Amino acid sequence: MSGVELKGVRKSYGALEVIRGVDLEIKPKEFVVFVGPSGCGKSTLLRIIAGLETISQGDVIIGDRVVNDVDPSKRGIAMVFQSYALYPHMTVRDNMGFALRFAGVPKSEIERQVREAARILELENLLDRRPKELSGGQRQRVAIGRAIVRHPEVFLFDEPLSNLDAELRVHMRIEIARLHKELQTTIIYVTHDQVEAMTLADKIVVLRDGVIEQVGTPLDLYDDPANQFVAGFIGSPKMNFLEGVVENGSLLLAHYDGQKIPLGPVSGKVPDGTRLVAGIRPEHFGPNGSARLAVTAEIVEHLGGETFVYAGNGGREILTVGMHDGRAFKPGDKFEAAFDPAKLMFFDSQGLRVS
Amino acid sequence: MVQTRLGRNESISGWMFVTPALVLVGLFMIWPILWSLWMSFQTGRGMNLSFGGLANIQRLGADPIFLTALTNTLIFLAIQVPIMILLALVFAVLLNSPRIWGRGFFRTAIFLPAVTSLVAYSILFKSMFATDGLMNHVAVGLGLIPAPISWLGHPFWAKVVIILAITWRWTGYNMIFYLAALQNIDKSIYEAARIDGIPAWAQFFHITIPMLKPVIVFTTIISTIGTLQLFDEVQNITQGGPSNATLTLSQYIYNLTFRFMPSFGYAATVSYVIVLLVAILSFIQFRVARERR
Repeated sequence: MSGVELKGVRKSYGALEVIRGVDLEIKPKEFVVFVGPSGCGKSTLLRIIAGLETISQGDVIIGDRVVNDVDPSKRGIAMVFQSYALYPHMTVRDNMGFALRFAGVPKSEIERQVREAARILELENLLDRRPKELSGGQRQRVAIGRAIVRHPEVFLFDEPLSNLDAELRVHMRIEIARLHKELQTTIIYVTHDQVEAMTLADKIVVLRDGVIEQVGTPLDLYDDPANQFVAGFIGSPKMNFLEGVVENGSLLLAHYDGQKIPLGPVSGKVPDGTRLVAGIRPEHFGPNGSARLAVTAEIVEHLGGETFVYAGNGGREILTVGMHDGRAFKPGDKFEAAFDPAKLMFFDSQGLRVS
Repeated sequence: MVQTRLGRNESISGWMFVTPALVLVGLFMIWPILWSLWMSFQTGRGMNLSFGGLANIQRLGADPIFLTALTNTLIFLAIQVPIMILLALVFAVLLNSPRIWGRGFFRTAIFLPAVTSLVAYSILFKSMFATDGLMNHVAVGLGLIPAPISWLGHPFWAKVVIILAITWRWTGYNMIFYLAALQNIDKSIYEAARIDGIPAWAQFFHITIPMLKPVIVFTTIISTIGTLQLFDEVQNITQGGPSNATLTLSQYIYNLTFRFMPSFGYAATVSYVIVLLVAILSFIQFRVARERR
């Protein structure tokens, strides 16, 4: 299996630069997820690796070969598209075997490969159907099957689950994870859904505006985000951000009626008068925290196992508080949200992490 | 079923809305169709008609001019429609490619003939292909032909001119349908094919053509019907000449009705030949194009 390496990759459309210098190393057999908001360049980057887009500068290396000028079909990659891109007039069997027909593979071998892929993806009973006679999840599996029969070194997935309903999405997510285990290939997967990224990836690449914000394992990014963007992007519900100014060794919050919170991990490291943003994840509130913030519940979401309370104290900011014993909560309740100051993260006015 | 008063009121209003349209359709479409069917069993000249049963149908088989017109029409159909459909398809695929420079200009240029008046362009073709016309001047000037060709005076060349004319007039019209259909094909299908390593020719024959099949069937049927009714071009360019070499069925119907001593009954019979041909050919085309299961 091959790894993939990007060296100083840039891509412009006229004056507009959409990929602004990307360096990245993907190891063989790694499951890498590109994640970011729409327009961040994650799909473009995937299409660059596929060879569907040319690059303006830099090198794309697959295995140990620079493939900048290599045709997509000769890069040893296979791609699964968001729209599935199945050939609508062909049966499932023909869809999966089409590439092999033109690669000079004998008929009996094509049939064997297609059967094998169909077995892995549980499509055996659907081989004679056409795409329009299949459900979304089945079409998705055919698209994956079409990729599998080519035995690629690298699988590319472009938002493969975004056309599926929520339940099927969870199911297919598990299927893809299982497939990665079974096939043992390098997978590069693009999504805007951070839950997909967290659950599938060995390594997450967070992109914004055509540059990499941070690369790391899902838990690295969750525990130790490099900046406010990554901190806000990874984790659901989103991390709370509280604006404030350092005063006498604690943070005077701007939107909580003059309340202060401790500086936790950055205590004693920042001078008075510094503007900081404190970050605290909704799930890090608990009954035993030493720091407290008095707020009033505005909206309460009961999910059964847990409760999310959206609370404020007269300011513009809304604090999301997760709790496991919040069944009695109702809008209008005043309470003190407690947390461990050690869980706080701080970001400067540029959004960079302060530690 | 029990009808409520509300339901009855609604159906009365409904009928009131559709009645004017129904009356007009009945008067100007259904009645003439039935009347012409009745007419096709009438024999005689002018207003002096009597019921002749199948006499008109027997007359068809023995009428050399009808057989010439039928042959000419079928020749136009068999040669012109495939050429035009193929040409339209090629133009559409070329002009759909983002790599072609000046796509907008060429699309407009090729479509433009479809908005010109049939009579105006026919007269233009007639003057271009006259013995002392532009075509002969250019061709002789370039040394392509030794002497001017009598385009409109020669049975073979006259047919060629008619085919050229209708191809020029209608190719762009068909191309627009293909362009519209091509733009509806998901681009990622072609990207998937590129990654699959499908050569360009195979993408055309195994992806583009099958995906355009419904539109190809549609344009083929429309063109077939149009060619079976071919009238304006021949009437204006050759008047059916020389010696009926370009005479079409529609023109023959016109001649039977308005140029010769009127023979309304027989003309109606020839019209029904066209109806029958359209029905048979459309049926065959639908059958051929039907999805195999």
